Amino acid sequence: MSDDGGPTNVGTRFDRLPATAAERTVSGRATREAVLAFWANRYGIDRAVFADHSFWERGAGKLWAFRGDIDSPAKVQGLGMTVLRTRQEHWKPTLEATQRFGRHATRNCVRLPQSAAERFLAGRDQSLDWDGDWGYLLVTHELAGDPEPLGVGLYVHGELRSMVPKGRRREL
Amino acid sequence: MSMLERYEPLVDDPERFRAACRRPLPHAVRVNSIKSNIARAETALTDAGVTHERADWHPRLFRLPEDQPGANWPYVHGWLHGQEEVSVLPATVLSPEPGERVWDACAAPGSKTTQLAALMNDTGLVVGTDADVGRIAPLRSNAERLGVTNLAITHEDARNHSLRPFDGTPYDRVLVDVPCSCEGTVRKNSDVLDEWTLDRIEGVSGVQKGILRRAVEVTRDGGTVVYSTCTFAPEENEAVLDFVLGRRSCRLVDFDIPLDHAPGVTEWQGETFDPAVRRAKRIYPHQNDTGGFFCAKLEVTGS
Repeated sequence: MSDDGGPTNVGTRFDRLPATAAERTVSGRATREAVLAFWANRYGIDRAVFADHSFWERGAGKLWAFRGDIDSPAKVQGLGMTVLRTRQEHWKPTLEATQRFGRHATRNCVRLPQSAAERFLAGRDQSLDWDGDWGYLLVTHELAGDPEPLGVGLYVHGELRSMVPKGRRREL
Repeated sequence: MSMLERYEPLVDDPERFRAACRRPLPHAVRVNSIKSNIARAETALTDAGVTHERADWHPRLFRLPEDQPGANWPYVHGWLHGQEEVSVLPATVLSPEPGERVWDACAAPGSKTTQLAALMNDTGLVVGTDADVGRIAPLRSNAERLGVTNLAITHEDARNHSLRPFDGTPYDRVLVDVPCSCEGTVRKNSDVLDEWTLDRIEGVSGVQKGILRRAVEVTRDGGTVVYSTCTFAPEENEAVLDFVLGRRSCRLVDFDIPLDHAPGVTEWQGETFDPAVRRAKRIYPHQNDTGGFFCAKLEVTGS
């Protein structure tokens, strides 16, 4: 039970997000509406991009996007992909969501030249000349002639910090 | 008797069979259509300086004669997946359509699961099951890297697979790429020769029968089941098909593949199998310069 007497998040279980705050029963849980608003407001990703996806929480604040829908709670060990870390002040997109949906983004994207993209992929922080918002940026670089979303960086104090998870880092 | 000698009576050219089994296998990658396409992936490989050649029998396959699959930009972006060449066959034969419900009964680490999702344009539903809890994380990780979102993963024994999380609705298609003695992978792992025992084959064969039986049970009438292994032993191949044909409403169907192959065998060490097992395909390493493989296609006929 949470402070307000409602149910709490069960970290090992997949629960579908409520559509809106009015339907929320689990304290602190993100809503579908808030998730769509987050992608649209921060990155300019149209809500229609996620029209066929349901959103789920498993793990504290860890959100998953699943193409389609099944009964909630879902007795499964994986459901689509992890897309967003919530239950913290600044929500953080995952590298996987960036690569899968980031091509629809229109703002808070930074394009790195190849050598900087290599440093970013290796997990190294670097200075960045950027006059936009601070916080989590979608990082792209050129691949086969077009910009391609690669992952998430945290921009603070003139520095781009690589958020590439350890298991996905590479020295190319 | 060595493992390879055991199968020489089945092959057309034992000497070429033996020689091919001793040659190492080049790495291969499959282009992932969820995140890229063949032309862009080829450009990215060229730009990365990775020597590659297109496999003549499958448009999405490139052989990498000099490089590992995992150390280049298109791999990092999930445009490519390292996968043994012949192992793209079963998902190709199953040929799921966008929007269908598909079960991959032995999914980890996910090469074929993600190929199924790609063939379905990441729509419909893929349920990927694995009995080994240690293989769930690699399955999830591969699916995420390849951008798959239509996949639900279950950790359970496929012989007792439950449809309960999925409305109890049967599947349109099921892939049964079972755990096996892996004799056909000898070109990438020569330990197979040293670790081979007849007991192991007999042990795994019971599990294979149970999984294929469950697969037929959870497939709708008129639906398709593909059974595959990477092994030569008839105990794990034709004998498993023969077991299910005698107990469940299904039949083996003909299918074409663009690889040289031999038909399933109807006799082995004093046992005879249903003549329909000839419709299965045996692929020996010397026939197409690949690993060894076995593949059969069944139609569920209903009671």
